[in-house]
Amino acid sequence: MEELDAEPPLMVVPGADPSARQLCFAWGPAEVLVCETLFGRRGSGEGGPSSSRVFVVRRDQDIYIQTLRKLFNESHGIFVGLQRSEEELAGKSRKAQLVQVSKNYRSVIRACMEDMHQAAISTRDPALHSQYSTQVSILSAMELIWNLCEILFVEAAAAGPLLLRLLDWVRLHVCDVDNMVREVLSSENPSKHELFWNVVDVFVLQGRMDEARHLLSKEASANPASVNMYKILDDLMKKMPVPSLGNTQTLTEMELKWQHWHEECQRYLQDGTFASNSHMESICKILLGDEDAILEKKELMTTWYHFLVTRLLYSHPTVKPMELRFYAQSSMDLFLGGESSPEPLDTILMAAFEFEMHQVIKECSIALSNWWFVAHLTDLLDHCKLLQSHNLYFGSNMREFLLLEYASGLFSHHSLWQLGVDYFDHCPEYGRVYLELHIERIPLNTEQKALKVLRICEQRQMHEQVRSICKIMAMKALRNNRLGSALSWSIRAKDAAFATLISDRFLKDYCERGCFSDLDLIDNLGPSMLLSDRLTFLGKYREFHRLYGEKRFSEAAKLLLMLMTAHIAPCSFWMTLLTDALPLLEQKEVIFSAEQTYELMRCLEDLTAGKSDKQKFQNDDVETMKVEMLRLALARNLARVIVKEGTLEGS
Amino acid sequence: MAGPGPGPGPSPPGRAHRRAPSLSLRARRRAAANQQARGGAGGSRRAAGAAMEDVCAKFVSQKISKTRWRPLPAAALQPPDLFATGSWDNEDNRISIWSVGELGNVGLGGEYQGEPQLLCDIRHNGDVMDMQFLDQERIVVASSTGTVTVFRHHQNNQTLSANQRWEKAHYHVDQNTSCGGAACTGVICNNPEIVTVGEDGRINLFRADQKDAVRTIDNADSSTLHAVTFLRTTEILTVNSIGQLKIWDLRQQRNEPSQILSLTGDRVPLHCVDRHPNQQHIVATGGQDGMLSIWDIRQGTMPVSLLNAHEAEMWEVHFHPSNPDHLFTCSEDGSLWHWDTSTDISEKPSFLHQGGRSTTYFSHSTINQSVVSAWLSNDPTKDRMEITNLIPNQTLSVNSLDILGPCLVYGTDAEAIYVNRQLFA
Repeated sequence: MEELDAEPPLMVVPGADPSARQLCFAWGPAEVLVCETLFGRRGSGEGGPSSSRVFVVRRDQDIYIQTLRKLFNESHGIFVGLQRSEEELAGKSRKAQLVQVSKNYRSVIRACMEDMHQAAISTRDPALHSQYSTQVSILSAMELIWNLCEILFVEAAAAGPLLLRLLDWVRLHVCDVDNMVREVLSSENPSKHELFWNVVDVFVLQGRMDEARHLLSKEASANPASVNMYKILDDLMKKMPVPSLGNTQTLTEMELKWQHWHEECQRYLQDGTFASNSHMESICKILLGDEDAILEKKELMTTWYHFLVTRLLYSHPTVKPMELRFYAQSSMDLFLGGESSPEPLDTILMAAFEFEMHQVIKECSIALSNWWFVAHLTDLLDHCKLLQSHNLYFGSNMREFLLLEYASGLFSHHSLWQLGVDYFDHCPEYGRVYLELHIERIPLNTEQKALKVLRICEQRQMHEQVRSICKIMAMKALRNNRLGSALSWSIRAKDAAFATLISDRFLKDYCERGCFSDLDLIDNLGPSMLLSDRLTFLGKYREFHRLYGEKRFSEAAKLLLMLMTAHIAPCSFWMTLLTDALPLLEQKEVIFSAEQTYELMRCLEDLTAGKSDKQKFQNDDVETMKVEMLRLALARNLARVIVKEGTLEGS
Repeated sequence: MAGPGPGPGPSPPGRAHRRAPSLSLRARRRAAANQQARGGAGGSRRAAGAAMEDVCAKFVSQKISKTRWRPLPAAALQPPDLFATGSWDNEDNRISIWSVGELGNVGLGGEYQGEPQLLCDIRHNGDVMDMQFLDQERIVVASSTGTVTVFRHHQNNQTLSANQRWEKAHYHVDQNTSCGGAACTGVICNNPEIVTVGEDGRINLFRADQKDAVRTIDNADSSTLHAVTFLRTTEILTVNSIGQLKIWDLRQQRNEPSQILSLTGDRVPLHCVDRHPNQQHIVATGGQDGMLSIWDIRQGTMPVSLLNAHEAEMWEVHFHPSNPDHLFTCSEDGSLWHWDTSTDISEKPSFLHQGGRSTTYFSHSTINQSVVSAWLSNDPTKDRMEITNLIPNQTLSVNSLDILGPCLVYGTDAEAIYVNRQLFA
């Protein structure tokens, strides 16, 4: 047994009061049923079980948020695409493909976030507003984490480009200062704005040199006296070497250039070039990577990871992925300065900087209220071949475990269950079993829904489930007196026993009413007639009636006899068949040949002989009379046919 | 050496992802479509090409079972701008009216502003099984509860209201003789007449202005009726779950079909039916196995041609209302096909290139084409038909589609609606 990583969160079931009534519970696939019991109630016996309630407690709450359904549906498409794309490409293009997939996932999160933001703005209900706002911040945190994982794990950026990616990451996610920037830039005279230098600092901290220089040039033109100082700073900023994305320069080359530039900055600072302007002096200190100078701008950075990236930019631009952990840890310590303890988001990001992938996934599973994020991220990382070595002490591997959890959540939703199917499909070990168990529990309220579920089962050769669904539908139809539908369903399931049952119902109806219902179906059975003996008999018997109706008597007679002699007809039905033979025996022209008549007689005798004496006595007079009439008709027919056949042979 | 700054990243991810959801979507789909087009050139089955570029997608957080364009007034020249959708399998199903903006709003760089905007919606009890516009304002909706409802769309204040309702128009009489609703699976309108069919095998004829059914045929079919269409003003055609087409003459009082046509042998259930808009004897049906069948109801009891199509249930088939050489089908397998028989034969290089085949073209173009519809020529369909799959990366079922003029709308189980307004561009 492993230790618990975190205290399990306490969940209050609204309305349930464990102090008044003891609660019991039962596990479901993705939820828990909690109900109040009568057990252990002290004293108050009066009133009886006034209101015993059952509560459904769900783990994966987010599944039920309307706006998030977009996220689930759109990402489902990306997930399926990723599984299909499997291994087509090798090396670089495969990596590019995976990065693209990762970006697609992020763009879905972003789109969803925008929708949620819109919803938050447009709603007037304060409770809803705060709920939406919470969701927006959760989604934004998810995107932040995902983006970092994309840079570090999926793309696995090397020293050099790594810093550029991290800069992009910070620029994209630290949006708090955007408003300030907009305000200053849109003011009539930006350089006179009180926040002017703050904006310049923001640009410098985020490495947006061009924008910073642009602003500074405006200020310079307003201060002709110190134009020289501005020119020097501008020059420094222009000359700052940055790692290149292509292969145009080697790391050593870059480091050398950077060293030169660094020394130049150092010189200007020491000879007091910027001493007259504290703002510019502090910018120069930042360019030099002075930690205290950077930390002074804490408010402009807002987060420790911004501080980390700024610090790297100005002191270790060629940081290697594996060195990140040291800078990350010290940056966090410096930034938080012991004032506040790290929050879950900080711990997750720190784990990512430390390349502890499993820790990231674990922390996310604990912190987030949905399985969506970890399931998709883990799957993507697995496709990057980063998770293979890790096996859990339960279930299959981590990817599969998380996908199963997520898909089970989807299946517990009344509408999203269809998405779950594809996730189960891509869980090689337990997916099939999960799907089998879940799919049988889908409520089937219309035939169309049943057909959709059936299609899912048939595509996966889940014969047992196909049979069970068809049987449910056949039973429903039978209960609704829709014999035709019921028969169609049992034919589809190839369920012989049920087809026999329904055929018996048809025959019973016929015996009672003297005519067939649902002729359109019985006349068109085709090869499916062979499914069960009784169904064959039903079809053939109906064919007899058709032949008789069309006055094709000899064919009808032959078929009738065949039904008995080949033992297609159930014995209980022989009397009806023999009675059906009566009008044929009484036709003006002879229909049954001598041989056929003998066969008929034998059938009749078999039938009467087969019954014990006791049964015979129980039979009413009608039955005895029928037998007598048949005997008479058979004898008369035999007489006529002997004459006829004799005459024909004689002639 | 490049100037200071963030460096020439190929495309900062932030920029691309800050776009509106639909735009980024479109961009992705376009890329997919291009890939396909490069891969599958040649052959009669062309992969999705340029047409895909103008598709707008919107995720709507409900599984869509039906999409229908609002019909245009007789003299209208503009393309349709309003459509209705119905959802299924939700705890709370809805009928929604959407508008697609002016076509003129195509921004610079081909960016398209035409994402569907929700105008109004209303709760609907049960799954929406079928839906038809009765006229410009009224929509007839068939429910899985057996109820048929007429909703009115008030265009002045953009609201929807229930205008007329027939409770339990379709029902089962079970063994305890209590009535339970049976799903109403199909509805067709010919203002003011409304015909509905259901899982109970019943056919109802309503008039929009009358409270009670004008006519009911109980037990019209022993199996489930899946769809219905008008053949003429007095004749309807139904398809059922044992592969039969039945023609009913509503003038006759007999409760028997006037004609039964059927697929031979395997009794594959038929799920949808549509009649050729100009030649009323030509009928197309789609089956459970995804097969498209073309029938000539004047002759024979069997289909004229069976065309292998989708891999799963074909949910809807539609002739283009004004350009019936084009046909559209959609399926459970997540594909939507455009069948085009309008290929101009005279332009094709004749016998020089294609040897034996060209003679068939020749004979058709000279003798038959003006008389016999392309759909009924029994042999050369394979050569002459161009089939395009309009959805390259299919996953979940496309439940419904509708076409009007140059516009196509379709809805899926992946909770998205798609609008393509330049189908023939």
